[in-house]
Amino acid sequence: MAYKGDVHAEPDLIFGRLNWDVIPFNDPVIVPVMLAVVLGGIGLLGLITYLGKWKYLWQEWFTSVDHKKIGIMYIIVALVMMVRGFSDAILMRSQQAASTIDASYLPPEHYDQVFTAHGAIMIFFVAMPLVVGLMNVIVPLQIGARDVAFPFLNSLSFWLFVAGAILINISLFVGEFAATGWLAYPPLSGMEYNPWVGVDYWLWSLQISGIGTLLTGINFVVTIIRMRAPGMKLMQMPVFTWTSLCSNILIILAFPILTVTLTLLTLDRYIGTHFFTNDLGGNQMMYVNLIWAWGHPEVYILVLPAFGIFSEITATFSRKRLFGYTSLVWATAVITILSFIVWLHHFFTMGAGASVNAFFGIATMIISIPTGVKIFNWLFTMYKGRVEFSASMWWTIAFLFTFTIGGMTGVMLAIPAANFVLHNSLFVIAHFHNVIIGGAVFGYFAGFTYWFPKATGFTLDEKLGKISCALWTIGFFVAFMPVYVLGFNGMTRRLNVADNPEWAPLLWIAAFGVCIIAAGIATQFYQIFVSIRDRNKNRDLTGDHWHGRTLEWATSSPPAFYNFATLPKIHDRDEHHYRKEQGLAYQQPANYQPIHMPKNTWAGVVIGLLSVLFGFAFVWHIWWLVIAGSLAMLGAWVAYSFQRSKDYYVQAAEVAAIENTHLQQVYQARPDYYQQHIKPARS
Amino acid sequence: MKVKLNRKVLLGLSAAAAVILLLLLFSTDMVLFDPKGTIGLQQENLIIISVLLMAIIILPVLFMVVYFPYKYRHSNHNAEYKPKWEHSTRIELVVWTVPCLIILALASITYKTAYSLDPRKEIIAEQPPLTVQVVAMNWKWLFIYPEQQIATVNELAMPVNRPVRFLVTSDSTMNSFFIPQLGSQVYAMAGMENRMNLMATEQGIYRGISANYSGNGFANMRFKAHVVDENSFNLWLDKVKSADKTLNDNAYALLTANAKEQIKTPHPVTYFSSVDPLRFKDIIEKHSGVQNGL
Repeated sequence: MAYKGDVHAEPDLIFGRLNWDVIPFNDPVIVPVMLAVVLGGIGLLGLITYLGKWKYLWQEWFTSVDHKKIGIMYIIVALVMMVRGFSDAILMRSQQAASTIDASYLPPEHYDQVFTAHGAIMIFFVAMPLVVGLMNVIVPLQIGARDVAFPFLNSLSFWLFVAGAILINISLFVGEFAATGWLAYPPLSGMEYNPWVGVDYWLWSLQISGIGTLLTGINFVVTIIRMRAPGMKLMQMPVFTWTSLCSNILIILAFPILTVTLTLLTLDRYIGTHFFTNDLGGNQMMYVNLIWAWGHPEVYILVLPAFGIFSEITATFSRKRLFGYTSLVWATAVITILSFIVWLHHFFTMGAGASVNAFFGIATMIISIPTGVKIFNWLFTMYKGRVEFSASMWWTIAFLFTFTIGGMTGVMLAIPAANFVLHNSLFVIAHFHNVIIGGAVFGYFAGFTYWFPKATGFTLDEKLGKISCALWTIGFFVAFMPVYVLGFNGMTRRLNVADNPEWAPLLWIAAFGVCIIAAGIATQFYQIFVSIRDRNKNRDLTGDHWHGRTLEWATSSPPAFYNFATLPKIHDRDEHHYRKEQGLAYQQPANYQPIHMPKNTWAGVVIGLLSVLFGFAFVWHIWWLVIAGSLAMLGAWVAYSFQRSKDYYVQAAEVAAIENTHLQQVYQARPDYYQQHIKPARS
Repeated sequence: MKVKLNRKVLLGLSAAAAVILLLLLFSTDMVLFDPKGTIGLQQENLIIISVLLMAIIILPVLFMVVYFPYKYRHSNHNAEYKPKWEHSTRIELVVWTVPCLIILALASITYKTAYSLDPRKEIIAEQPPLTVQVVAMNWKWLFIYPEQQIATVNELAMPVNRPVRFLVTSDSTMNSFFIPQLGSQVYAMAGMENRMNLMATEQGIYRGISANYSGNGFANMRFKAHVVDENSFNLWLDKVKSADKTLNDNAYALLTANAKEQIKTPHPVTYFSSVDPLRFKDIIEKHSGVQNGL
């Protein structure tokens, strides 16, 4: 069955399976992209060199262990990867629509890689870094910490994620990507049916970035448990911190399953074991169970922090305390636990008995109860509030509307007997785009808009943000409502040609919807451009641009690298709001203390980039480079461990200078508050 | 004033567009709501009942999503404003209880139908079930009729109003055997046999597909399921029995060998006038290896 590998030569000792033939020079779709990327890349590198910014980038960003900078880098990479993943979406929608008029332009070998890449990229390299990026920027600020618990590990996590992203992008130009679907079910992903390098790229890019995610999980759980400001009880944590905590607990519990599953598949492919093959005792059902035992919690890893974001935004812009904090927290905890006992609903059709199917179906439905309660909590937060329609509130209301529908279709899919006709149909595609776009991604965009001034010191253009939100929401409905209906029309997923003329109008409407979303994305990039251009007009001088309620708004925008000059004592859930009310905000302490901070380190970026070599060598069977790469990574880690000076003290005078500047700005920007609280307190 | 008018026009236009879109969507050929078999019919009802049950809560929520932010908009100073209000036992009780009750109802339906619509459950009818062995291959469907000792590729025939017991396996990757208008699907997996029982209640030709991506030729794994009366079914059997080809080892090897062609075009409908009664068992055991003590 080896119809791709058989044309390739035996592995070479120096270059492994690599040779010039593996670069698709004659592919009419890939070559222009490759040219654009290579020229664009050279241009970018040249520009950085011309501006002399390499030293700045290295010292201020690449080697940084500051959680805020790492968070920003995560988000930048995620936005770049979103363009890649969305291009795949455009290819898919246009291919299926075009196939109804016999104008399909992608052969199955290519199309199948496109939908695999779309899924893998959007989940691992867009949604994950967006959520991890936002957590990085905000969580330490919300709990009044100066950094995460393990700053170096945080930098390493980021660079391992970047390594995975680099590897998956190399696959576009060197060799191929997996044509297996984003979860690469064996035996299709085994050596017998996919002997070439596509699945190996998938394995190593996920494996390397997955390790990074696991380290992030550990880092944030320890940070949230151990580094909260004095007096902050668990039930006083802001909801975004709560949902991040639950999400990271899920990472710690679920990602090892992914690591092991990928390792077993790797063994199957590289040394001929038979964990998941058809023969010699292997069992593909084991793989399907394992991958979803990770895959389902992953959904909640993505969406729980988004729920947290909506909670913060709804409370802030309703100018009111969050309704039902306790039940929101409990609902989150319940979802965290239940998310581990529902994985089988991804494959009711595999042949489990009625009792098993019924158990997993009902367990899945039960999750909709705490999720529904959350929706009511946000609704009743707006109730008797004073709702301000800022751009992030637009995203929130768009979410509430869209996600409610997605939740309903999810429960429909959870009924095993109904699932038997809906499974793997476009109805499923519409459902999970409904909850991931309308749930998680809208949340990230809301959070991006809301916390942008906190991270950068200036606001995003509100009007363009609202236009973008409108385009995304309308585009989503126009693109995915037809997809729901196509499921009812009996169209299954992953077809490279739509052979039924009945589907044509719906496919064209869906393709049009994707164009509207494309306009939404273009608007977002334009919004970022405009906002950076006009940054001096839109400075956030107070650090509290939205009149926020939680602790992150107590810092300057962007916060000083040490976040808090003195660790705040916590009185209330909405600590910053409480302080503003009580006149406790923006008070200067009698004197500042020196602050203990971690030094930047080269180790994260070096180990991360070495892992690209390591993964690439594995993909191409270049064994000497695998060994060299492993030794180099190990060596770098050892060298870092022997480094003695990893931390330093910021002197009190420097802290005082930074804080004075900030407080002067606040007093100028909020004279009322200054008059009312600060001055009398001083005099 | 002018701005407001424009807004109204815009709202009206978008509402009209949404209605047209919805009408267009639901005027398409929704085969799942046009079932031609007993199982499919029950599944259609199940889908409709679940939507109606959830509408009890979904519709009020969608209304609140629009109404609350509108009513409590910042500029509406007539609306009540309670900035410190954060808890109400009564509301909490309602928002936990109502979803619980709906899920309780849905769960009981789920439990019942998980058993009544279990694909393995035999369908009781006047006639005894017909057995068809289904093999997913790269990239085509092989149907073996063990009692009639014939086999076909990419064409299925079954008598109307007679239960059919499908025994489903795969000789390669994982697929899913699915005739949308008749009802359920099950995975076809190498080395294993999955069972599914269906009964068509209306004659016709229905689309059959693989519903699980299985490689480059996956889109071409489609077949026609002919549901016919008893007479026509017998005629069809005679037609297959008079075919030149038989499904011997050579013919089977040829079938597995020409996978590459199915990346471009579907395998043509092929009839085999006879088939080794152990062929299906052999295909399964070929992949079960040491599990079966080989």
